[in-house]
Amino acid sequence: MSYTVLADLDLCQGHQMCQGEAPEVFGYDKDSDKVVVLQEFPDESQRSDVESAVTYCPAMALALRDLTEEES
Amino acid sequence: MSDTQATLDALPGVDEVPVVSYAVPDDGTRHLAELRVDPIALLERTHAECGTIGKFHLADREVVLVSGAEANEQFFRAPDSTLDQGEAYPFMTPIFGEGVVFDASPEQRQEMLKNQALKGDMMRGHATTIEAEIRRMVADWGDEGEIDLLDFFAELTIYTTSSCLIGKPFREELDSRFVQAYHDLERGTDAIAYVDPYLPGVESFEIRDRGRRTLVALVQAIIDKRIARGKVPREERDLLDVLISLDMGADYITGVFISMMFAGHHTTSGTSAWTLIELMRHPDYLAEVVAELDELYADGSEVSFQALRSIPKLEASLKEALRLHPPLIILLRVAQEELELAGHRIPAGTMVGASPRVSNRMAEHFPEPERFDPRRYLDGRQEDRLNQWTWIPFGAGRHRCVGNAFAMMQMKAIFSVILRDFEFEMTQPSESYRDDFSKMVIQLEQPCRVRYRRRPGR
Repeated sequence: MSYTVLADLDLCQGHQMCQGEAPEVFGYDKDSDKVVVLQEFPDESQRSDVESAVTYCPAMALALRDLTEEES
Repeated sequence: MSDTQATLDALPGVDEVPVVSYAVPDDGTRHLAELRVDPIALLERTHAECGTIGKFHLADREVVLVSGAEANEQFFRAPDSTLDQGEAYPFMTPIFGEGVVFDASPEQRQEMLKNQALKGDMMRGHATTIEAEIRRMVADWGDEGEIDLLDFFAELTIYTTSSCLIGKPFREELDSRFVQAYHDLERGTDAIAYVDPYLPGVESFEIRDRGRRTLVALVQAIIDKRIARGKVPREERDLLDVLISLDMGADYITGVFISMMFAGHHTTSGTSAWTLIELMRHPDYLAEVVAELDELYADGSEVSFQALRSIPKLEASLKEALRLHPPLIILLRVAQEELELAGHRIPAGTMVGASPRVSNRMAEHFPEPERFDPRRYLDGRQEDRLNQWTWIPFGAGRHRCVGNAFAMMQMKAIFSVILRDFEFEMTQPSESYRDDFSKMVIQLEQPCRVRYRRRPGR
């Protein structure tokens, strides 16, 4: 099942922890001091790294959502 | 008139928010009398009697308390221009220092702290520093003995926070005198400060002010040594050298340091102590955590490496201690403009709060809420993440504690050292370990002693 990554920019505090966990999926915009989602639909091989990024986000700003069959 | 304003005007006003009953007789300061002796009863009763939105009075100030996922989310998502923390904590002003005028708002200071010391890429260095500080603290423990949990963790966390946030050279100048004076500041947080933070005749305020003068004198002595020593190469400098070079005086510098260390000190100290107490109360789970650590470190890996990585059972214990014993039981803001909250129109100037203590124990979100059960966060159960707006020991939303990753890493390092090298047991009845709620900074009631014994082969 494919999945998508969501970032709540109201909550992001720019800790950049997600970049350490999944650098190919999460970037950082210096001007806004916020996360940038580089891959909205990352590959399955990235799933566990993305899960770690979600779990360890200090601002609880990230979410991973599995896509339904119609969506994917 | 805008649509939003019309919607607001149609709502019931703050006068229609129910008021909580009195359990402690009004001594002229209304519910403040109860807040000073049993704040948990006041907060729990407000929620029980009034529901999602209720209010109480601290002298002539009205405080609106919200609870539940929806109202909490509104509260935590509100921008500073609507709900501001600036004037919400008057008991902090004399601690940071009267006359120490900060050019930056609390939000800007938080931002600076995050950028200077709490970025993800600085954590590795902090982890190494913290491990070294813990090992120093237990170096003279011998094979067995007793410690007081408050004294031990309060001292340890003074050294770790000062070393990580200000710098190692500054930390090396500190000893138990600094620890004691800092403790006196924390004890000077009587809620009577909502009437007047300088009210004459309040003993804890006098001790607080003496404590602050002691800290300034200690910092002055360190500054004098630095000036006598002269300039050192850049890599040997710490934040104190930077502030001296900006011509700041001891009083101001002390205020800056106090404000940097404050949020990370009593919070981490108390949570570490409560985690150990709850694990001693639940020996089966303690055994699982110790086994997890033994296995994790069996390959000789470093604490400074593992503390930055996943240690699921230990993390779950820390989270559960935080849920049951949140270091801050109420988070406050002041309305900067009229706003809608839980279906009511709240005017500018109203104090508004959410309670981690109440929210963290709501039965609809946390089954058997009074039970210490780290499994809430294991095997696919994620009661913290699922309840983003009610699992709130770190607050939530825009101002969620910026130090939470640092704090979790620090506590993982602490327990990685002490639980592998020592066994702990209670030396007093289990229920006698409890918090003293008579100050806004909650700390363990003393005595809170435990016995340790070095594990065989360590």
